Amino acid sequence: MNWNFIIFSLVKIAIAIGVVQGIVMYSVLAERKISAWIQDRVGPNRTAPPFVKFIPVLGPFLTRLGFFQPLADGLKFLVKEDFTPAGVKQIYFWLAPAVTVIPAMLTIAVIPFGSQMGAQKMVIADLNVGILYTFGIVSMGVYGIVLAGYAANSKYPFFGGIRSSAQMISYEISMGMSVIPVLLIVGNLNLSQIINWQSGHGWLFLYAPLSFIIFMVASFAETNRTPFDLPEAETELVGGYHTEYSSMKFALFFLAEYSNMVSSSAMMVTLFFGGWTLPFWGLDQPAHSLAMGIAQIFVFLAKMLFFMVVFIWVRWMFPRFRYDQLMDLGWRRFLPLALVNILITAVWLWLRS
Amino acid sequence: MEQINNLVSGGAAEDVLFYVFAALTLLCAILVVANPFSRSPVTSAMFLVLTIISMSGLFLLLQAFFLAAVQILVYAGAVMVLFLFVIMLLDLKEEQRRKIKLFGLIAGLVSVGIVVSIFVKSLASIKPAAAGPTLEGETYALGKLLYTQYTLPFEIVSVLLLVAMVGVILLSKKKLE
Repeated sequence: MNWNFIIFSLVKIAIAIGVVQGIVMYSVLAERKISAWIQDRVGPNRTAPPFVKFIPVLGPFLTRLGFFQPLADGLKFLVKEDFTPAGVKQIYFWLAPAVTVIPAMLTIAVIPFGSQMGAQKMVIADLNVGILYTFGIVSMGVYGIVLAGYAANSKYPFFGGIRSSAQMISYEISMGMSVIPVLLIVGNLNLSQIINWQSGHGWLFLYAPLSFIIFMVASFAETNRTPFDLPEAETELVGGYHTEYSSMKFALFFLAEYSNMVSSSAMMVTLFFGGWTLPFWGLDQPAHSLAMGIAQIFVFLAKMLFFMVVFIWVRWMFPRFRYDQLMDLGWRRFLPLALVNILITAVWLWLRS
Repeated sequence: MEQINNLVSGGAAEDVLFYVFAALTLLCAILVVANPFSRSPVTSAMFLVLTIISMSGLFLLLQAFFLAAVQILVYAGAVMVLFLFVIMLLDLKEEQRRKIKLFGLIAGLVSVGIVVSIFVKSLASIKPAAAGPTLEGETYALGKLLYTQYTLPFEIVSVLLLVAMVGVILLSKKKLE
């Protein structure tokens, strides 16, 4: 542990958090725009600071794209009244948004978002139990939601919290089981090693397609996104666990949801789609030049954004599950499937060796 | 104390962290059972979560990354969420009004006393080793040990869990008629 390590780590943490926050801001805009296009609407197209209209061509174009909308949204969240309803459990009410947001941010720490630039590896913490760390942190995220539901001292948030705890535990099991074939094939829990393996043998999606499908569906459930958004189902529970929250506290729940989307997209890319590698132009080897290092970071971001768009697309294309259907899918379909998948992979590896 | 210092191989930062995590573990553990400010079961459960997290910090200091991660994943992430789930379905107001029963108090104190005496005895019988054993964080080595040298205990624990599961299903199943 020397100063060099500390400084570089701090820089990487600052950049990673900054980039993720930027992606979160603009994925909210993307959500609104894509939902508008799917439903044959226009979406946000007129918010702009006053000076923008003097810029020719580009100004009106960005305005119509809604480019300035996230800034307006952020400002609105900050200056709105932070209302605390009577009868809430104060400590938990304040704690819940923070407990939701912190795990959502922490997951990014182990994800390798590039190979290397100079001598620096492009990952904040190269843990040898990277996958387990991610699952552990993700499983902490449920506390924020459960506490929010409990603290609000109100019926619907409470239902949301209860639903969320049952849902997240159920799908965590399927999710954990679904990556075991990946671990069997690679033989390592380190995410960088998993990417290295994929650069030599091809993307893991080809070896374990069933794992990928289960992982993806489970991550929809873990991030509380449609078709599994029962903890916040607005047509049943008003707003679910965040009904009683306003202003920045509400924004933190929002932030956590989108940060979770970012990290689960990043996990899908890392585990099944080769992380920062591309099979051509020599992008599958650790970079020797600075330009290659940057190119690989952009490859990673591009793959990740693709899955972000899938998340958004699914939300506006599919209706919500019923609660019993959700549980049925998790326990009676995905869990046995994941177990069979492990068995098949193990037998296949055994026959091959 | 010597042993603990040996186990925490490394610089002063690790030493400080050890005391921080150990103090946090003990403090939170006490607050689980005897919280002077709140008698809410939810608060107790949350302090138990904090206890587990600080224990996993202690595992980290021993370089046992796998155990630390699994500790959080299984206990804090799954078991405690289920606890919280069940607690929320209870009548919390009644739980908070409940008086401490004399018999319960005595039984609790006696069992704590027994555990402490076992703990003290086993601590006293350990000879201070020259170099503290390092718990390797390597998942591969752990798995290999678990499935070769310790297969029988591992299987027995698995069967025990299975028995518990079958028992729960049997108890919760409604009669068909």
